[in-house]
Amino acid sequence: MSLNELTIAEASEKLRLKEIKATELTEACLAAIEAGNKALNAFIVVTADKAMEAAKESDKRLGAKSKAGIRALEGIPLGIKDLYCTKGVRTTACSHILHNFEPTYESTVTQNLWDAGAVMLGKLNMDEFAMGSSNETSYFGPCISPWRAGNSTEKLVPGGSSGGSAAAVAAGLCLGATASDTGGSIRQPAAFTGTVGIKPTYGRCSRWGMVAFASSLDQAGPIARSIKDAALLLQAMASHDLKDSTSADVPVPDLEKALGQPVKGLKVGIPKEYRVEGMAAEIDALWQKGIEIFRQAGAKIVDVSLPHTKAALPAYYIVAPAEASSNLARYDGVRYGLRANGKDITGMYEATRAEGFGAEVKRRILIGTYVLSAGYYDAYYLKAQKVRSLIKRDFDQAFEKVDVILTPATPTPAFALGSQGGADPVAMYLNDIFTVTVNMAGLPGLSVPGGRSAEGLPLGLQIIGKPFDEGLVLRAGQVIEDAVGRMPIPAPWWRDGDAARTKVAGSVKTPAKKPAAKSGPAAASKAAAKKPASKTKAGKKLNGAS
Amino acid sequence: MAKSKIDQATVKRIAHLSRLKISAQEAQSLERELNGILAWVEELNAIPTEGVEPLTSAGAAKLEMRADAVTDGGRPADILKNAPKSEDHFFLVPKVIE
Repeated sequence: MSLNELTIAEASEKLRLKEIKATELTEACLAAIEAGNKALNAFIVVTADKAMEAAKESDKRLGAKSKAGIRALEGIPLGIKDLYCTKGVRTTACSHILHNFEPTYESTVTQNLWDAGAVMLGKLNMDEFAMGSSNETSYFGPCISPWRAGNSTEKLVPGGSSGGSAAAVAAGLCLGATASDTGGSIRQPAAFTGTVGIKPTYGRCSRWGMVAFASSLDQAGPIARSIKDAALLLQAMASHDLKDSTSADVPVPDLEKALGQPVKGLKVGIPKEYRVEGMAAEIDALWQKGIEIFRQAGAKIVDVSLPHTKAALPAYYIVAPAEASSNLARYDGVRYGLRANGKDITGMYEATRAEGFGAEVKRRILIGTYVLSAGYYDAYYLKAQKVRSLIKRDFDQAFEKVDVILTPATPTPAFALGSQGGADPVAMYLNDIFTVTVNMAGLPGLSVPGGRSAEGLPLGLQIIGKPFDEGLVLRAGQVIEDAVGRMPIPAPWWRDGDAARTKVAGSVKTPAKKPAAKSGPAAASKAAAKKPASKTKAGKKLNGAS
Repeated sequence: MAKSKIDQATVKRIAHLSRLKISAQEAQSLERELNGILAWVEELNAIPTEGVEPLTSAGAAKLEMRADAVTDGGRPADILKNAPKSEDHFFLVPKVIE
């Protein structure tokens, strides 16, 4: 097994036992990116030099006589969703409007990870401003799933919006990744790619330095290859932060320790309303399998009712666009990002935003503006907020009877690129039918691989918990993982022996759709572009292997 | 909930409110798409919400107070670093006063 295929827990142990070096681990990931990114398009910026620098620092600490300097995620190479501001490294949220934005500050979540000794490999592809369920709305082109259905060579989506995070982790390009979830953007791609993703309780992680989409719903979380890895990452990411007034002043429990707790007598709720019309038979079978696993583990299965489940998605598609239209008002061509010419200042705003935003983002801004506009506010926005109260009340009542709730994560397995949402945006929205309720209520939700479809594609089970009960959510997820095993990295059809010559690693991806502006991405991340990875050790190794 | 359907004039009005320039062709497809989305969210009408308080935030409602003190600042170069146009520590915009 190559080092990049280790779990975080395995790699940490090997690093501490000095069986491997942090630099070797990072090189293995950079080589995997170099060989695979051309086909997968998961990374849009690779920060090879920064990564090697951080890995060397980790090796120094790991090699020191005193163990006191060794941090929780020492030497662990991660990918960062392009929604997190990273100091001096281009951050675009995969939108043209931020095509050359280079933050002068670091997001709290990523800073927490670097403080814990993690190594940044680069920035990951996503749906533009996290608006999408397939990673197809990215300005940098779609990310492709490492999974394929049976013997087919058809390209599948990795899900979205954290498609790059999910694909990179599933393919072994990194050991773990940051992601974010507004309506399902961690859990749906995790389900599609056989990875573990947890959206923590609203307020558990700071939103400071994350590009905002819908502020009352957005929450940071990790995607990883095991429950334990997700726990280790979340432990480091979470914190109370004075720079985010919605960040919760609640102590973060020892999540790893929580994984060892007994589950006998755990009350697992099964909400009948999640058996939706048209749900694939194999999804229902997966759910039944999950129920049986918990029963076998000594848990108690309890029927619960969440009567407003069906209303969550339409209510979300009022609340989220309303908040988005307000958040995205900041992109005005004045302070950062793209600027187009107009005959006066309004003309400049209108031209900049028309050129900078993609079709899905425009749709949501327009819907949001409409539902907030005079005469419609009460009918749409206020109504949706009231429905949101009812959704939360449903969960409050259910959690009086149970400890966690078990549902499928998605209504279908991964679908083919370009197959959904073309003429009908609502069809794509339905992907989030099982996940969006959790955001509306601000609860923690986990997606863990539960089995495979008839065509061999991963399927995810979702575990929903009480506020700030991530420890128990992860513990319940561990029950599923223990029973079905971790999903393997699929057969690497994406590896390209000639990739070292294409200089993918150590470079900055330019947009797929339109030519870059003169001041565009190529000039944006000097640190990343300075030294092509084909000259690094990783590149040499790969040349030698191919 | 209002039964209003979005027409071309409404699309253009909300596009202007959103400061988005849209072509006549875009306005056509947006009219269809936005009406599709609104027709779908009309489902919410069937849910009785009389006497229900709106939920504005999923987190703890209480906001923390902190000392009213300057904790950051004095970094004009950082603030202007990503500005498309700037001069002498000012953002440059098209002329707004004749």
